[in-house]
Amino acid sequence: MDTAATPHSNYLTDGYGIKSWLLTKDHKRIGLLYLISVSAFFVLGAVFAGLIRLELLTPAGDLVESDTYNKIFTMHGVIMVFFFLIPAIPSILGNFLVPLMIGAKDLAFPRINLLSWYVYTIGGLFTLWALVNGGVDTGWTFYTPYSSAFSNSNVALVVVGIFINGFSSILTGLNFIVTIHKMRAPGMTWFRLPLFIWAHYATALIMVLGTPVIAITLVMVGAERLLHLGIFDPKLGGDPVLFQHLFWFYSHPAVYIMILPAMGVMSELVAAFSRKRIFGYEVVAFSSLAIAVVGFLVWGHHMFVSSQSVYAAMAFSLLSFLVAIPSAIKVFNWSATLYKGSISFEAPMIYVFGFIGLFLIGGLTGLFLAAVAVDVHVTDTYFVVAHFHYIMVGGTIMMYLGGLHFWWPKIFGKMYHQGMARVSAVVIFIGFNLTFFPQFIVGYLGMPRRYHSYPPEFQLWNVLSSAGAAILAVGYAMPTFYLIYSLVKGERAPANPWGAKGLEWETTSPPPTHNFDTTPVVTEPAYNYVK
Amino acid sequence: MSGAHPTPHPRLQHHFDSLEQQFEASALGMWLFLVTEILFFGGLFMAYMIYRLTYPEAFAEASHELDVVLGGINTAVLISSSLTMAMAVWSAQLGRRTGQLLFLGLTIGLGLVFLGIKAVEYGHKFEHGLVPGPNFRFESARDPVHSQLFFSLYFIMTGLHAVHMIVGIGLMAVLFVLAFKGRFTRAYHTPVEVSGLYWHFVDIVWIFLFPLLYLIDRHGTVGH
Repeated sequence: MDTAATPHSNYLTDGYGIKSWLLTKDHKRIGLLYLISVSAFFVLGAVFAGLIRLELLTPAGDLVESDTYNKIFTMHGVIMVFFFLIPAIPSILGNFLVPLMIGAKDLAFPRINLLSWYVYTIGGLFTLWALVNGGVDTGWTFYTPYSSAFSNSNVALVVVGIFINGFSSILTGLNFIVTIHKMRAPGMTWFRLPLFIWAHYATALIMVLGTPVIAITLVMVGAERLLHLGIFDPKLGGDPVLFQHLFWFYSHPAVYIMILPAMGVMSELVAAFSRKRIFGYEVVAFSSLAIAVVGFLVWGHHMFVSSQSVYAAMAFSLLSFLVAIPSAIKVFNWSATLYKGSISFEAPMIYVFGFIGLFLIGGLTGLFLAAVAVDVHVTDTYFVVAHFHYIMVGGTIMMYLGGLHFWWPKIFGKMYHQGMARVSAVVIFIGFNLTFFPQFIVGYLGMPRRYHSYPPEFQLWNVLSSAGAAILAVGYAMPTFYLIYSLVKGERAPANPWGAKGLEWETTSPPPTHNFDTTPVVTEPAYNYVK
Repeated sequence: MSGAHPTPHPRLQHHFDSLEQQFEASALGMWLFLVTEILFFGGLFMAYMIYRLTYPEAFAEASHELDVVLGGINTAVLISSSLTMAMAVWSAQLGRRTGQLLFLGLTIGLGLVFLGIKAVEYGHKFEHGLVPGPNFRFESARDPVHSQLFFSLYFIMTGLHAVHMIVGIGLMAVLFVLAFKGRFTRAYHTPVEVSGLYWHFVDIVWIFLFPLLYLIDRHGTVGH
């Protein structure tokens, strides 16, 4: 059935003025607002990454002063972690898709949803203010007492910015949980939910349970810095290691806020392009919850060298190995789904293979780092930098882009150039590996992170890495062009261009304002593909 | 399917099928929000517990400087406000406008009394030089650095609680205006119910703060 032939009034044509966007309560429009602001922050964070790779082309610290370099990598980390990786998939794709996938007209709290975008934007503006005002140099981790007592940079502004931004996460998570519990269409039982929804449910749990802890921790840092109320500064009787515990109690699970939604996108894409139900649906669903729960118990592996007791280190090490199991289960199940599937290689599917490659390398090197003895050796080296980029950047970006390509026709009702999209996926995969794989090697050889100069024998690896970053930049630029071009010249997309299963494909592209002309009734399990 | 309400209630938002669904969503939302609040305060309670166990003498000594009488009165005031809040919810469920106005007004009044007493307590701490910072003076303390840590936590914890009280009073004021306009009926009183949950939560936080800060080791071996 080709509903695309008759122009249908949709959420994009429902009001054109600036007010119809800035005061919208439509989850789809709010998703697009997020798309614009999150993309802007991504570009900014990428510029800082470019400056880092430019400085590290040569062993001497010749491009910027070390103080400036500290600010560059701090701003890169702060922007990418808090303003890109954490909101990217949930706030853009999740916002757009959660109500559509469960057959609801909107999220449970549309006004709170809009508020979350404003909160995100205000938090971002504080961070930009700090940037314009001279930046911040503590690293994105804000370790005390440097951040609370000694740093002469704009710590307070950034801390306020991230504190505010955190509420955007909390509100989004809260909205998702309530929506998934209370707004499912008739017949949409828990075990008929797409795995994207399970993944976002697990993500939302972490957002709701973890984010308040970083918020209060930042309040304490701010109180110590601005009001001299001692909490963490040893001179004032406090304990800096307590800060690290509180910080990582959120910031480790935050990695799962980034990767769980990516895993949700994976399940949708793998099923759609191999025309099969996800192998072991229930296991994949519960592994998301398992990751959310166990993910809260591993934070100490960031602190193996910081005066934590040896017994705590052993426990955290074991638990960190444990959290790898549900992730591995997912990878095995996706692979098993591919087995004997009718696989087709549309652009989103190329990103699927990219994800598996990067996530596998990131995940396996995570096991190295969960082992206390190895971790002590490579702590604060480029090995760690490479590992976490593979897992949280590689994994998240591959599926953010894969998901964006998959649902682009649904979101905008336009098709983009398939060939270009396939090429860009490959370019990103190559660029990413060339950027970060050499960092494993140079890190294992002993190059520490966060310095703007290094011994000449490390130059080869750094040049390779910088070259990779240039390729990666091309890979990221390509979708920007052909996706925007598709909005102008793209072919009109049918309701279901991929022949995929799921309620979001049963409504028109782009969907009408209230998502469905009549409330859908669900009678079959998810991914009910006919072989 | 959606024809259950031929003329939808004016308070029913477009994306819900029924007022019951809307109420359940709001209530679940508020419970979840309170969970985030527990974790928000949880970070502070964690810090307090660790330092209290690490420096028991310094904390007990500093704790003796708190005014247990004023703290006790404030506890009674807050518990009473929870009663009036519950009465306000009950009045809303029955759609009794006078009751709503009376009990919301009393809740606001008790909240303001609490904040007033808290301000008096803070004033005493300033006078006695017990505010952390360059002017901190606690001459009798054997371990002034860690007693100062106690007061840092005291001010952050009670200060944050007071901020929540102010937000709660603001909420009650909005409800009061809406109640005056006759917004809440037997069929629709969701805002009163969920704001009530918030108010009781803020009350319970104090029920934990009071013994932790004022009462532990009150009759211990250390002291003046």
